[in-house]
Amino acid sequence: MEVKEKDSKIDKLGVLKRISGPVVTAVNFDAHMYDVVKVGNEALMGEVIKIQGEETIIQVYEDTSGIRPGEPVVNTGLSLAVELGPGLLTNIYDGIQRPLSVLVDKMGNFIERGVSAPGLPHDKKWEFKPLVKEGDKVIGGSIIGEVQETNIVHKVMVPPNQKGGTVKSIKSGSFTVDDVVCVLEDGTSLTMMQRWPVRVPRPVKEKLNPEIPLITGQRILDGLFPIAKGGTAAIPGPFGSGKTVTQQQLAKWSDAEIVVYIGCGERGNEMTEVLTEFPALVDPKTGKPLMERTVLIANTSNMPVAAREASVYTGITIAEYYRDMGYDVSLMADSTSRWAEAMREISSRLEEMPGEEGYPAYLAARLSEFYERAGLVITLAGGNGSVSVIGAVSPPGGDFSEPVTQNTLRIVKVFWALDAKLSQRRHFPAINWLNSDSLYLDTLHDWYDREVSPEWNTLRSWAMEVLQKEAELQEIVQLVGSDALPETEQITIEVARMIREIFLQQNAYDEVDTFCDMKKQYDIMKSIKLFADLSATAQAAGVTPSQIIGSKAKNELPQIKFIKDYKPELEKIAKEMDEEFNALRAAA
Amino acid sequence: MKEYRTISKIAGPLVFVEKTEPIGYGELVNIVTFDGTIKRGQVLDTSDNLVVVQVFETTAGIGRDSGVRFTGETIKMPVGKEMLGRILSGGGKPIDGGPEIVPEKRLDITGAAINPYARASPNEFIQTGISTIDGTNTLVRGQKLPIFSAAGLPHNNIALQIARQSKVIGSTEPFAVVFAAMGITKEEANHFMKDFERTGALERAVVFLNLADDPAVERIITPRLALTTAEYLAFELGMHVLVILTDMTNYCEALRQIGAAREEVPGRRGYPGYMYTDLASIYERAGIIKGLKGSVTQIPILTMPGDDITHPIPDLTGYITEGQIVVSRELHRKGIYPPINVLPSLSRLMNLGIGKGHTREDHKKVSDQMYAGYAEGNDLRGLVAIVGKDALSERDRMLLEFADLFEQRFVKQGYDEDRTIVDTLDLGWDLLSTLPVEQLTRIDRDLISKYHPKFKAGATKE
Ligand SMILES: Nc1ncnc2c1ncn2[C@@H]1O[C@H](COP(=O)(O)OP(=O)(O)OP(=O)(O)O)[C@@H](O)[C@H]1O
Ligand SMILES: Nc1ncnc2c1ncn2[C@@H]1O[C@H](COP(=O)(O)OP(=O)(O)O)[C@@H](O)[C@H]1O
Ligand SMILES: [Mg+2]
Ligand SMILES: [Mg+2]
Repeated sequence: MEVKEKDSKIDKLGVLKRISGPVVTAVNFDAHMYDVVKVGNEALMGEVIKIQGEETIIQVYEDTSGIRPGEPVVNTGLSLAVELGPGLLTNIYDGIQRPLSVLVDKMGNFIERGVSAPGLPHDKKWEFKPLVKEGDKVIGGSIIGEVQETNIVHKVMVPPNQKGGTVKSIKSGSFTVDDVVCVLEDGTSLTMMQRWPVRVPRPVKEKLNPEIPLITGQRILDGLFPIAKGGTAAIPGPFGSGKTVTQQQLAKWSDAEIVVYIGCGERGNEMTEVLTEFPALVDPKTGKPLMERTVLIANTSNMPVAAREASVYTGITIAEYYRDMGYDVSLMADSTSRWAEAMREISSRLEEMPGEEGYPAYLAARLSEFYERAGLVITLAGGNGSVSVIGAVSPPGGDFSEPVTQNTLRIVKVFWALDAKLSQRRHFPAINWLNSDSLYLDTLHDWYDREVSPEWNTLRSWAMEVLQKEAELQEIVQLVGSDALPETEQITIEVARMIREIFLQQNAYDEVDTFCDMKKQYDIMKSIKLFADLSATAQAAGVTPSQIIGSKAKNELPQIKFIKDYKPELEKIAKEMDEEFNALRAAA
Repeated sequence: MKEYRTISKIAGPLVFVEKTEPIGYGELVNIVTFDGTIKRGQVLDTSDNLVVVQVFETTAGIGRDSGVRFTGETIKMPVGKEMLGRILSGGGKPIDGGPEIVPEKRLDITGAAINPYARASPNEFIQTGISTIDGTNTLVRGQKLPIFSAAGLPHNNIALQIARQSKVIGSTEPFAVVFAAMGITKEEANHFMKDFERTGALERAVVFLNLADDPAVERIITPRLALTTAEYLAFELGMHVLVILTDMTNYCEALRQIGAAREEVPGRRGYPGYMYTDLASIYERAGIIKGLKGSVTQIPILTMPGDDITHPIPDLTGYITEGQIVVSRELHRKGIYPPINVLPSLSRLMNLGIGKGHTREDHKKVSDQMYAGYAEGNDLRGLVAIVGKDALSERDRMLLEFADLFEQRFVKQGYDEDRTIVDTLDLGWDLLSTLPVEQLTRIDRDLISKYHPKFKAGATKE
């Protein structure tokens, strides 16, 4: 028994008293908070969100048009839960884990209501390979067997809230998720599927501090503001600044083993794009199709708002489930602001006392509970796994002082600030390097030292200093023009331009530049530094800034981004820069 | 049908009715006034002792003596093939003197959400003949691309030029225009109607007119009637439908008015907290469905109050639509038509509809490079005002020049000038060739040697 069946003696039947959009009120109805109920003659799915005197208030996950007072309400006695087991990967779900492909089969191209559909395929047979044998001791969270789900191996686990025991019998062979594959001495029978209430975090043995970066192949992220595996990041930005593209880039190229992508209250076409694009893309690390490691949740802006509220919980529960198998999972939520707005909408229907800008007073608590479900952990089974959470934030008018952005920034460790000024000039990713931040830099220091180069951390600090310096110089330029700058500073401006245009700018739509591994990132930065060093020596030898800025060999550097086997070309450019500067020095 | 005379309160567009039988949420309501006029409304809230009805017309004439009839069904729109060429009111009644629409179907105007799994990715390039759209903010079939404008700017002409010139190269499939006016003046409406008549577009159009002096609350249903019609033409009759909605600002004002009447806690600047969700239920009704022939492309027009793009109306719109075309007062003052400012403009679906097999392989990079050049040149204008041209470096002077050229040659074009995409891209290269080639860092060498006027085959070397 996974989800607590509540008191069976309670009156499971009630009567609707009031319908106001997605919020309905029932009377003569016994229920507990967060019980899943069936509303009206069409048995629409809903969840109890408030109990007040005689009244039970329910949010409904489907359109309530036509529902009348007097219609029945039935309590299922269950909490809002997801089905966990093989068959999740490659799937696309709505906010309450109904597979969208099944909904198309059952109700056509448009989402109608009153149709339920289980999260997992129940008729499909999977090849189950036991990993424990009779007489073995298992506990909640233990791995008892595995299934080849896609190219990913799915670990079948004892549900985490069970106490476990001694294995009495275990099978091997082809089974559906409902078939019993293992029986314990105490009579508990286990299948390949478990149900878990989405609002409850799945337990772990221990939380650890993350020390390894989630490598994303995006230069400004990996290079300047890295997120750790098991870490949290937020991407706030006005519309069109690149939240979705950044999230999609992470979903495509980050070196997580499992990706959960939640389209929460955003566009339908964006989900379609992921659906059409991903199957054709290949993981640069494993060579396997990206879709095979991905679960999509799509509750678009025009789908019911209560299901939008649930979608982030559905997503994070699935992420935790794969974490428990020992995988590194990354979860993207686009956009957490739409989730917050769903809370606001429901809250205002409940006529709760509004907090800041109409958001409910519990906004901050909900946000931090959500991000707290990220982390690098030791699982109940003793392995380690992680969930990294990256949330997009859509501040009204692009103003970061609003409640959702502010409350999020207090929680997350990485902050990628998108900037409309950058996106307008098509500087992508439009992440402002002066306002962004990563609190993982210190803990990841050693990793970069070891895995990239002992020079990397110094190179990074150098680049940040140049960019910082440029910002100060730009203020002067705004007053007096660039020609009035001292000579050394003119070169700083040039080097900063190179860092921006060559290193920071990265076109998501260029076949090669869409992904850039750490080695190449290092090589690119190193060659910009080479130019800076050569310039400094040349200047000391009397070469003028305009000769340095006008030098030709460096002009080839931007092309490196578009070349897959860039090494020979990069070495050639380095050699030419060297020769050109030798000649300049000789002539000076 | 039972008629209740139990109205207990009327506030703005809301009518409160007591002691009814159980009434369904969202039901269509007919209210009969003393002189027999029937006013339509919809149930906003229903409970065992009180029903709240939002009336879509003026409440003038409604009183305690009015009769309230609940129809037991949600609001439906009669649709049929014969609608093409017809002019209807903002409430969907014929106002062109023609006969009632003979319905082939009656469809719920709320329109269910398209299942994202059933959608096909829009990727067919629509050539509008306008360089700032085709070249730098490309429209594709099934996209929702609004025009962000402001009072006194020529957004109507831009919309008309798009409607008139739009074509998918090589396609002969049937198309239609659905035009919904919300709260625009009679004069503006005439401007549209004249142009539709002049070009013969009216035959293939369905027009919904809610004018400035028509009831404001009716504007809540006008776009929904229009989109229901569009979906019918597209997904049942297989047509490619272009929907123009103008002015969405008036729609949002009506929404705010109802929120205020319901005494809701207002969101930013007094607009309802659910305005994002409400607007999404309109804008998301665009797209293509796998396996079906037609498409719905939306061009909503809105006027930004105070020219402010951060105002909730353009802001929430931009968060939902797939980009925006921004009309600029500054360019308009310079006498540039169409005064489209490309910098804040965006087409999010552009990448799907351009490049090899759609337009031309160099499209994306030419566009990016022009943006970079224009953005930088445009910034420098501010600087020049302070320090003068002489303080600029050679590089900066060229960029400044480029920004002017870009506005005068790329942005500016005639109201009837229909440029092909090849014209537009070649024009882009012409302008880029005024910059030193090493500054073209967004474009790879292969494309430069193939398309750059100074390097491409046949070009004379300097
Ligand atoms: N985050 C950035 N992204 C891109 N360019 C930048 C950035 N910061 C500085 N620059 C460069 O410096 C120039 C001036 O920077 P920016 O426009 O951010 O200054 P500002 O002080 O915010 O300007 P304003 O006072 O007009 O808002 C830009 O045109 C650009 O070339
Ligand atoms: N890394 C990138 N490379 C190239 N183009 C990008 C990149 N990021 C964003 N863009 C462009 O910006 C547009 C808007 O980005 P999007 O992620 O949809 O914004 P948001 O989600 O913040 O509204 C995209 O359609 C694309 O044209
Ligand atoms: Mg987005
Ligand atoms: Mg592991």
